Order: sequence, then structure tokens, then C-alpha cells
Amino acid sequence: MAKKPAASKAPAKSTARSRTKAKSPHTAAPSDDPDFILHSLQEEFEAAKSFAASDEQLMEFYRQMLLIRRFEEKAGQLYGLGLIGGFCHLYIGQEAVAIGLQSALDNDKDSVITGYRDHGHMLAYGIDPKVIMAELTGREAGISKGKGGSMHMFSTEHKFYGGHGIVGAQVALGGGLALAHQYNDDGGLCLAYFGDGAANQGQVYETFNMAALWNLPIVFVVEDNQYAMGTASARSSAETRFYRRGTAFRIPGMEVNGMDVLEVRAAAEVAFKHVRDGKGPVLMELNTYRYRGHSMSDPAKYRTRDEVQEQRDNHDPIERMKAVLIEAGHDEADLKAIDKDIRKVVAEAADFAESSPEPGPSELYTEVLVEEY
Amino acid sequence: MAIELKMPALSPTMEEGTLAKWLKSEGDTIEPGDIIAEIETDKATMEFEAIDEGVLTKILVAEGSENVAVGTVIAQLEGEGEESAPAPTPAPEPAAEASPAPAPVAEKPAASSPASDPEIPAGTSLTQVTVREALRDAMAEEMRADPRVFVMGEEVAEYQGAYKVTQGLLDEFGPKRVIDTPITEYGFAGIGSGAAMGGLRPIVEFMTFNFAMQAIDHIINSAAKTNYMSGGQMRCPIVFRGPNGAASRVGAQHSQNYGPWYASVPGLIVIAPYDSSDAKGLMKAAIRSQDPVVFLENELVYGRSFDVPDVNDHVLPIGKARIVREGNDATIVTYSIGVGLALEAAEALAQDGIDAEVIDLRTLRPLDKETVLKSLAKTNRLVVAEEGWPTCSIASEIISICMEEGFDDLDAPVMRVCNEDVPLPYAANLEKLALIDAPRIVEAVKKVCYV
Repeated sequence: MAKKPAASKAPAKSTARSRTKAKSPHTAAPSDDPDFILHSLQEEFEAAKSFAASDEQLMEFYRQMLLIRRFEEKAGQLYGLGLIGGFCHLYIGQEAVAIGLQSALDNDKDSVITGYRDHGHMLAYGIDPKVIMAELTGREAGISKGKGGSMHMFSTEHKFYGGHGIVGAQVALGGGLALAHQYNDDGGLCLAYFGDGAANQGQVYETFNMAALWNLPIVFVVEDNQYAMGTASARSSAETRFYRRGTAFRIPGMEVNGMDVLEVRAAAEVAFKHVRDGKGPVLMELNTYRYRGHSMSDPAKYRTRDEVQEQRDNHDPIERMKAVLIEAGHDEADLKAIDKDIRKVVAEAADFAESSPEPGPSELYTEVLVEEY
Repeated sequence: MAIELKMPALSPTMEEGTLAKWLKSEGDTIEPGDIIAEIETDKATMEFEAIDEGVLTKILVAEGSENVAVGTVIAQLEGEGEESAPAPTPAPEPAAEASPAPAPVAEKPAASSPASDPEIPAGTSLTQVTVREALRDAMAEEMRADPRVFVMGEEVAEYQGAYKVTQGLLDEFGPKRVIDTPITEYGFAGIGSGAAMGGLRPIVEFMTFNFAMQAIDHIINSAAKTNYMSGGQMRCPIVFRGPNGAASRVGAQHSQNYGPWYASVPGLIVIAPYDSSDAKGLMKAAIRSQDPVVFLENELVYGRSFDVPDVNDHVLPIGKARIVREGNDATIVTYSIGVGLALEAAEALAQDGIDAEVIDLRTLRPLDKETVLKSLAKTNRLVVAEEGWPTCSIASEIISICMEEGFDDLDAPVMRVCNEDVPLPYAANLEKLALIDAPRIVEAVKKVCYV
């Protein structure tokens, strides 16, 4: 049975859950350790599924998600005009994932690592859109001096460790960041994002094993946007409930609607607490949907226009937040004004990215090595 | 305010396409995300999505139009009186109409001369130490000096190292700093690289470098390239170490020299020492380096004893070759286990009246060209001896350097003495036939000396 997009998955899932629930906690454990319950975190999360955000927080979620949306739309436009080259993977549709999770981090301590679809995570940190866009256009002012591009952006200042182009590599690297948190006893955790495609890479499971074995402070996040490039997850994955994939390593799983920022944030609170309490890694499956192609050069013929439209119409994370805000008493005009401000910020970023000079030729040879030998 | 909609490029290589179909008509209201048109390229049909809202006032290129250049204005949109971003001008046309002006040439930084080995004060005592102990001592000293340094790998802790290189480290530093890993090279090479990015100084042991093939993605894509890709923001100070090259009768999958593989990668330091003093001094330098280092040891050499100077902090410069035997008639360039064979060959040659100079490269990347070319200028004849395959080898690289930068000094073609170009066989006689040895080096030197 094909795995359906985010929202329509619910029925199958509740069956799965009730089946688990029917068993006693003891027999549900994957080993003979009675303290381990795969669904313990899920149960805690289900009990309070929507984050009780203040009005200020709601507005901030809205603003941040909209910034990612508008930024990515502009990036798509600049790509179409030839100002951005190579590969460019847009985050449109998935905004609630990065915003919901990263809003729950302790930015002084925690680290984040992701794959090549990284613009949204950078923006979620409040990194200046100008230096991100300038990296996309390959300019000197880009955050990697124009030498990384769309897939390779980093901000060690924000403990954002990239920006990695090899599918799944960031999971093992994230394990290393978590090891450093543990080694330094700094109280931080690592949030390692990867996709449903990367979830089939062998090194992911090598890392699950070591992370669980060593009790590393890491949250593994599968951003399940339903397609590994052009292959639907049911066509590539024997087990499409990715949150179950940690069971063999005694890593508890959580399944979250990644189109609802309040749900994402609520789940993050539960997961992060578990890790911070020294109980080891957590695996979160965030069900989301990518509106655009895998990259800009993907014609997306593997799905129907109706399927995409259905997601846009009924599950859009920004529209959902907009409805919450209107319900809370904000009027449409205020929200429109926010959009206008964001469009301005993005337009300025695009201007900056277009007018900044390319890196000087001498940059070709710098930073190959740190030291001179 | 009018917004111009331009023919988009839908792939990095697209220059023009067919405007297959308009899905909106003049007068239609457009919402961001609406599909306005379908564009065809030679590869695929793509959808052109609106990012602005407004009314489609004018279609300028009719559907069915072919060869529409990227950047052509295809329609106009009237915004709802909103401040809209001015549509950026398209980038200049690629290649086809590019001006013939040559690209500005980047000025290559002048290569600095590598530092020389520090002077060993006269009267310094020497102690005979095995290579295995020298490596262990180097790691232990650096671990005492820097709490960020730790060792991880298969059997490094409780088993005391598959080849006993980490013997005693667990006892002194405990399990936090001497970490046994499962047999998952790809995973722990990634975890090590991530820990280095996170500020630690990992030493990752591969039981042998044959198994590092599983992990080579992290060594190259994660460790070597990150500093450059991040514009110098993110470093990866890590040492990947372990035995490399042929051992003894372990068959093809366990007998390969990866020196040339790693030495071809910008962003890596590659070290392959021979004796105990170099092993210790260069291991300490590798651990202190802010760059990722591949440190290639040799199982057959682990048990050999050599003098190590009894100095407080024996650190040697990375990137500097060493003349291990001075001579005037011909130069033998080599590294790792080849050094022993070259010295043996030089002794044999001396009996025939040929005075050979032997250079131990010690570091394979960056390569110390200066020492090689200086020696070539003196002897005018050069042989490279390498325990490894000949094709695309360190030997190939040295030959290329001699051709490019030492041609006028050559009195004979440079020759290479390498392993036979076959997977290493198990049978004792065949293995012996496949590997380099001193007699083959002697023969090659005689050839370049025309004796």
C-alpha cells in the first residue's frame, strides 16, 4: 500500500498505535529491558499535542515560516534567471519542521546539522538572508564566500554545521557533534535532520547503533517529504513509518505532523527533554510535503498536480498558522503587512546577492588547508 | 506596478526551451504557487510557477513557441499596487555569446619552503624504540598535553589494539578517551569527523586502511572539503591512522597501498613515515595540525626498532622529505616500507661503485618537491621505489614533477619500481613476485646509470 501524503496517513497509523497499545509495556519492549518502551515519548506527546504558544510566539512562527517561503520563492526565481547555478533544493512546504524544532533549541548549547536542503534551517536561526542569498548566487559576501553554494552553508557562530551534499553523511557527522557535547559535558544536544531517502543509507543505522550504545545526546529527525528525489517512499522503503526504524537500536520513535508548527514544537519539547535528561537518542519522523521538485531541475512528473494542490489547499503550514492567528483576533491586513515587510527583506537580499561582487580570483587557492606546511 | 515574467532556466544547462502551453489567460488573477505555463526542454516538461500575485495583463510569447531564450519576457503581471521586487536582470548568456576575453588568472600563492627538522642538540641520547611504541608514545604525549585528543576505533581499548599500537592507552586515559567502536567504519569515520567539526581532536584508527574504503566518503567529502566549502569557517582537525600496504600473505583485499588515493585529494595531509623517529615526530605534528591528516603506517614495520632522540617534545615538520642516505650518482625516492628496501639496494649498489642517495618523502601531500629536485640536480638520475601499484601512483607524480621542473637536470629517463599491476596473490611465491624488492631497485638504478 502506498504511503499517502501527510494528512491522509492518519487511519493506518492509529491502527498501528492501537496495536502497540494493546500489548503490555513489557511485551512491547524490543529487548528484555522492561524500562524501554518504543512509544513512551509518543504517548507523552499525544497527551498534549499542540504547543501552547503565546501570541508573540505565534506571530514569530508565522513570520519565520513566511520568510522561508518568500526567500525560497525568490531563490527559485533567481535560479530561473540564471543567477543561481547548479543544484538548488527548495524548502517550500516544509517550513514548519525547521521552525518548530529549532524554536525549541537552546541556541547557546545545541548544534544543528542537515543535508543539502539547508536554506530554511539557516533562516530559522535568524541568519541574515542577504548572506544566504549571496551564497546562492556565488558571491564574495556569501556565508561561505561563494565557495560552498546552495548545499554547503555553515554558521559555526550559530552552531549550524551545514549543509552536506552526500545523502545521509550528516547523520554520522551529527553523531560526532553529539559525541563532542557529551565529551565536553556542555549540556547541549545535536539535532540531525535527514530525509526519507537518506533513511535508507547504511551509515544512518551505524550511527543509530553507536548513538544508542553510547547514549549520545542526539535527536534524529526524518523529514519525510514523501519522495526521495522522484521515488515515493513506499517504492523505496520497506518500512515507511520511519519512527519505527530506531526500534532495533532501542531508540524511541515519535511521529509528528510536520505541517503543523505547533505540533512540531510540542513534539520537540518532549524529545529534547528526553535527551537532556540523559536518556539517549530519539528518532522523530516529521511528515511533511515538498511542493517543488527535488531540485530546481526536477520536472516532478512522478506525482500529480492534484496531489500537490491538495497539500497546498488543505495542509499548508503557513495557511494553518494564519488561521490560528485570525482566530486569535489578528486581522488579515496586519498579516498582509507582515508579508509585505518580508517581501521587502527578501527583495533586498536578492538585490544584495545580485550586486555583490564575485569572489576575487585569489580566493581559488585560499582555505584548502588551514595551516601552511 | 508591472512585473515582467521571464522565460526561466529549469536546469543548470538550459539555454532555451519551448513554451508549450499557457495555463492562464490574459485577465486571470494569479496567486503565488499557481502554475502559469508549461515549458518544455529537450529533457522534460516543467511547470512555471508564479511567485507574485496579481493579474496577468499580457502574454507576450504565444504557446507553442520554440527556442525561447532563457530570460525573454514572456508575460506581464500587474501587481495589486504592492511594492514588488524589481525583477532582477538575467545573468549574462553562458558560453555561446560569452565575450572572448580570457578569464582573469588567479595568482597562485608561492609555495613556501617546508620547515626543516629541528636541530637535535649534540650529545642527545638515543633510545631504540619500535615503530609501534613510537606511535603509541606520540599519541600518549599529545593526549596528556591536550584534553581534546581522544582515540577511537575497533579494538583500540580493551583489546589494546589489533596491532597493539594503542597498548596501555586505556589504562592511562580511561574509556572516555579511548573508545572501542563497533565494526562500522563508515559510521565511526563520520562520527569522528563530526566530533572534529565540533571542536575535539579525534584520532580514528582503522584496523587497516583496506577497511577505510568503507569510510572514504567521510575522509574525502566530509573531512577534506569542509574547510574550503565553508569559506574557512568549519575545520576538521582529525587524524585517520592505521596500517597501509601489503602485510604478509593476507591476500588481495587486505593488501593495498592507499597513499596515491589520498594524496590526490586537496584538503588532506597524507603522511607515511618509515622509522620510529619520524613516526613519533610526525604523529605528534599530525595530532596538532588543524587540518585532516591521513597517517599511513605499515604493519611489517611496526616491530622494527630505530633510534629516537630523547628530547622533551619530538615534533617534526609536515611536508618535509628527509635524505636518509647521501649519495652522488643516482637518487632513489621512496617512502614507508620502501625506505628499508631502498637502503638495502643502496648498500648493494655501493659494492658496485654506485653511490646512491635515498630520499624518504615522509609526507605524500604536500609533497616536498624541493628536496627531490635538488637531489636530481646533483645526481641527474632518479628512480622511484614504491610498494604499491604503478598506475597513477606517487611514482607517477614524482616522474611528472621531474619532467615538468627538472627536465634539464635529467641524464636518463626517471624509472619507477612498483608492485606488479595485479591484485596481490596469496601464494608465497606469487606474492614475492608481485612485491617490490631491493634487487629490482638495484636493477633500475643501474639502468638509469647506464651500467
